[in-house]
Amino acid sequence: MEHETIIGLEIHAELNTKSKMFCGCEATFGGDPNTKTCPICLGHPGTLPVMNRDAVGNTMLLALALNCEITPRSIFHRKNYFYPDMPKDFQISQYDVPLSHDGSLVVEMEGYERRVGITRVHLEEDTGKSIHIGESGRIHGAEHSLEDFNRAGIPLAEIVTEPDLRSPEEARTFMQLLRATLEYLGISDCKMEEGSLRCDANISVAVDGKMGTKVEIKNMNSFRALHRALAFEDERQRFALKQGETIVQETRHWDDAAGKTSPLRSKEEAFDYRYFPEPDLVPVEPDAAWLEAIKARMPELPTERLHRFESKFALPLELATMLTGEKALADYFEEAVATGQDPTALAKWIAGDLSAMLNEASVPINACPLKPRGLGELVALVAQKIISGKMAKDVLREAFETGKGPKAIVDEKGLSQMADGSEMESVVDEVIAENPDAANDLREGKEQALKFLMGQVMKKTRGKANPEMASSLLKKKLNAK
Amino acid sequence: MAMEILYESALDIAKWIKGREVSALKVTDAFLDRIEKVEPSVRAFINLYGEHARQRAKLIDEGIAKGEQVGPLAGVPIAIKDVLSTRGFKTTCGSAMLEDFVPVYDATAVERARAAGTIMLGKANMDEFAMGSSTENSFFGATSNPWDLERVPGGSSGGSAAAVSAGEAPWALGSDTGGSIRQPAALCGIVGMKPTYGLVSRYGLVAFASSLDQVGPLTLNVRDCAALLGAIAGHDKCDSTSIEEPARDYLGALSVDIKGMKVAIVKELSSEGIDPAVLERIRATIDILEKLGVSCDEVSLPSFENGLSSYYLIAPAEASSNLARFDGVRYGYRAGGEFNDIWEMYDATRAEGFGPEVKRRIMLGTYALSAGYYDEYYAKAQKIRTLIVRDYGRAFDDYDLLVSPTSPTTAFKLGEKMDDPLTMYLSDICTIPVNLAGIPALSLPCGLAGGLPVGFQIMGPPLSEQKILNVAYALEQEIGFDPRPAGLEKM
Repeated sequence: MEHETIIGLEIHAELNTKSKMFCGCEATFGGDPNTKTCPICLGHPGTLPVMNRDAVGNTMLLALALNCEITPRSIFHRKNYFYPDMPKDFQISQYDVPLSHDGSLVVEMEGYERRVGITRVHLEEDTGKSIHIGESGRIHGAEHSLEDFNRAGIPLAEIVTEPDLRSPEEARTFMQLLRATLEYLGISDCKMEEGSLRCDANISVAVDGKMGTKVEIKNMNSFRALHRALAFEDERQRFALKQGETIVQETRHWDDAAGKTSPLRSKEEAFDYRYFPEPDLVPVEPDAAWLEAIKARMPELPTERLHRFESKFALPLELATMLTGEKALADYFEEAVATGQDPTALAKWIAGDLSAMLNEASVPINACPLKPRGLGELVALVAQKIISGKMAKDVLREAFETGKGPKAIVDEKGLSQMADGSEMESVVDEVIAENPDAANDLREGKEQALKFLMGQVMKKTRGKANPEMASSLLKKKLNAK
Repeated sequence: MAMEILYESALDIAKWIKGREVSALKVTDAFLDRIEKVEPSVRAFINLYGEHARQRAKLIDEGIAKGEQVGPLAGVPIAIKDVLSTRGFKTTCGSAMLEDFVPVYDATAVERARAAGTIMLGKANMDEFAMGSSTENSFFGATSNPWDLERVPGGSSGGSAAAVSAGEAPWALGSDTGGSIRQPAALCGIVGMKPTYGLVSRYGLVAFASSLDQVGPLTLNVRDCAALLGAIAGHDKCDSTSIEEPARDYLGALSVDIKGMKVAIVKELSSEGIDPAVLERIRATIDILEKLGVSCDEVSLPSFENGLSSYYLIAPAEASSNLARFDGVRYGYRAGGEFNDIWEMYDATRAEGFGPEVKRRIMLGTYALSAGYYDEYYAKAQKIRTLIVRDYGRAFDDYDLLVSPTSPTTAFKLGEKMDDPLTMYLSDICTIPVNLAGIPALSLPCGLAGGLPVGFQIMGPPLSEQKILNVAYALEQEIGFDPRPAGLEKM
């Protein structure tokens, strides 16, 4: 029996427009509850929506970045249902005539590509936020609920993919690429932790080419959670199928702490939203001038930039992916490359030690105390053999913590390597003289002896000896094999 | 002095106030006195704001004395249908759901009427959430027709019409979704107009059926109607369905020069189901038109036979969505007691907060939109609507205006049609196609039948308000209808 995992994603991205989708309230994250509201986004009687033009433009930009067709005349629909975070008890959304449709995004995996179809990208308004006070924190069994409508009415771009993903890893990589795309376009804060980027998944397992039953997974609040949840669910379904069980079509909730999905208390049958065209809004018919203006805003997208990093800077896929995965990181890298240093070396520093330090200190790359020029300086010092690679790590940390330039740190602390040939020779001679047994061992070709003698050289020079030079001198003087 | 103000034209009152022949305060007091005298019999208002009105009047008098700009209609009192949002003053929509609801913003139409200088006396009674044709569906009790206190004033703007008819206000603002300005105007013997859809902003008009609702004037005469319409009409960026039309001076362009125009009476609205006495008045009015040099044909618009059914699917469908927000969560009525979950709270709040007609229409509308029925009901109703639009379009290719009775009957008795909703719905048969097509129409009192007023409906193509007003104006001069109800005068 052949099993194949089939995954489709439904993603919501909050757009970072100045004001909300249908009113002039501030559309920013946070703030005291119900301080960014007005009669319109509170659904007061008699209020009417007015479309945010930037939100429409930005969604079209996203659609074009995902290779979608722009619908010449799209309309808004009302999606009717009751819930306490819904000010009007209907959501203004799009239904069968969305802003755009039929696009695609190619995800570069290790050794292959996965082309993911984009069914549609449309625009709708966000709901308020509920806090349910009770044991479970869910609405069922809650004593009471608190509603914050600051978020109500913020523009949401909804992206729906075809079920083209074939593994949890592909799903995660796709989400990361989509997030990067949103970041490059500059239209969303796209932070899963803040809720400005949300993802639900549909996953099924096909057996011998026959489609399986779709299960919807909700409540995945990070890329890691997405991966873990899908991996869990994939395993659960495959196991069940092997046992001969049938998969129930349902919605399941991911519990990150417990590491498992469980069924959401289902509401009888599939909900009827009674969609009908929104009578308070006119259709969206972008004219040629507007479309041209939007196309002109298209920046270099993550995948393009990835390919450029691979070809122009000869970076391997993994490094290039890591750097281009975050626009600010890629920008930092290119600025550093402008100092003239080796791109791969710079890339390794950024992807490795520097990223680790940034994560540890919870500092974004934009606020990195070491500027790109400074990193270039560091790499230059290593390239010129003024300091060793190992020493450079310490210098990097110092630069990160104090904000001082690497060169200044090296000078201040007198850390320059001994790369002077004659000085080095005398030290090596000393070490050989002081350690006759080890010297003999090295003459006979024992590797450990080299290590030991190198250690002695380092000790004598207080770590400043250039390792390659010391090693070659030792070997030469002892005629080692 | 008081009796010389009542039933005078609003524009004359404005002129006298501006010319300081009478103070705004005296005028306001005259109407407040009248209200005190006749309200127990008429019950046109849900809430009255006499003190506030007097304060406004004083300020206007002071402004005029100082030579300040006070607006063209400064000092003229007005009644506002309680479906329009008035900041700081309760807006109940005739419902228990909003019994104590005080809005935090003004409707655009209210703002503009106030900016022109009018003084709000109070909020007028109405059928709950504008659903009805008699004002008997109001949570606050029925309003009586000043022409016969045992009869209905019509609906849903029954309070507005009765207030003007009873001399409690020189004019009023109402709303019209299927005839709710024109039909009460007809039953109460006053002028009522529904503008082209999108001409007057709906911002602040509590929505019943979004694609049909419009705000409009109810007045004693056509000149006042032209003036009030001009004050509130024009583009509003807060309403996305608002036409890009600037404010026009309908009053300034008013003319009786209508000779040579071609009108036609709509066959489907002027035969079966229309009271013969009403039809007689209509035909007499057409005779007058012909005397004025306007030719009168008859035209058949077959799609109108399905107008009522189409309306009673589209309007409730939109209403079922518009009224969903009344759920007890953010404002308005919330049912008391303990609930196991929010759905129980929703159920109790909406069961207790809404009256039976509102519930009926929400159910009907929800059904018409539901999966499996949408195509058969809502979508089909919209297709019929398109046919109605086309029929009107064809007719307006050949005729300047179309005419018909406004209402199939004169005012019926209170309680007469409450047992059978469908009978009540038939009251709207002549007015509904106008809303479906989004065209303008005016009801002009054209005489009495059995001692009760009859309304003559004049319909025109989109943005033909001036033509309609002109024809109404010319007819009004000829007919010479006295809007003062005989009985009430004696009180």
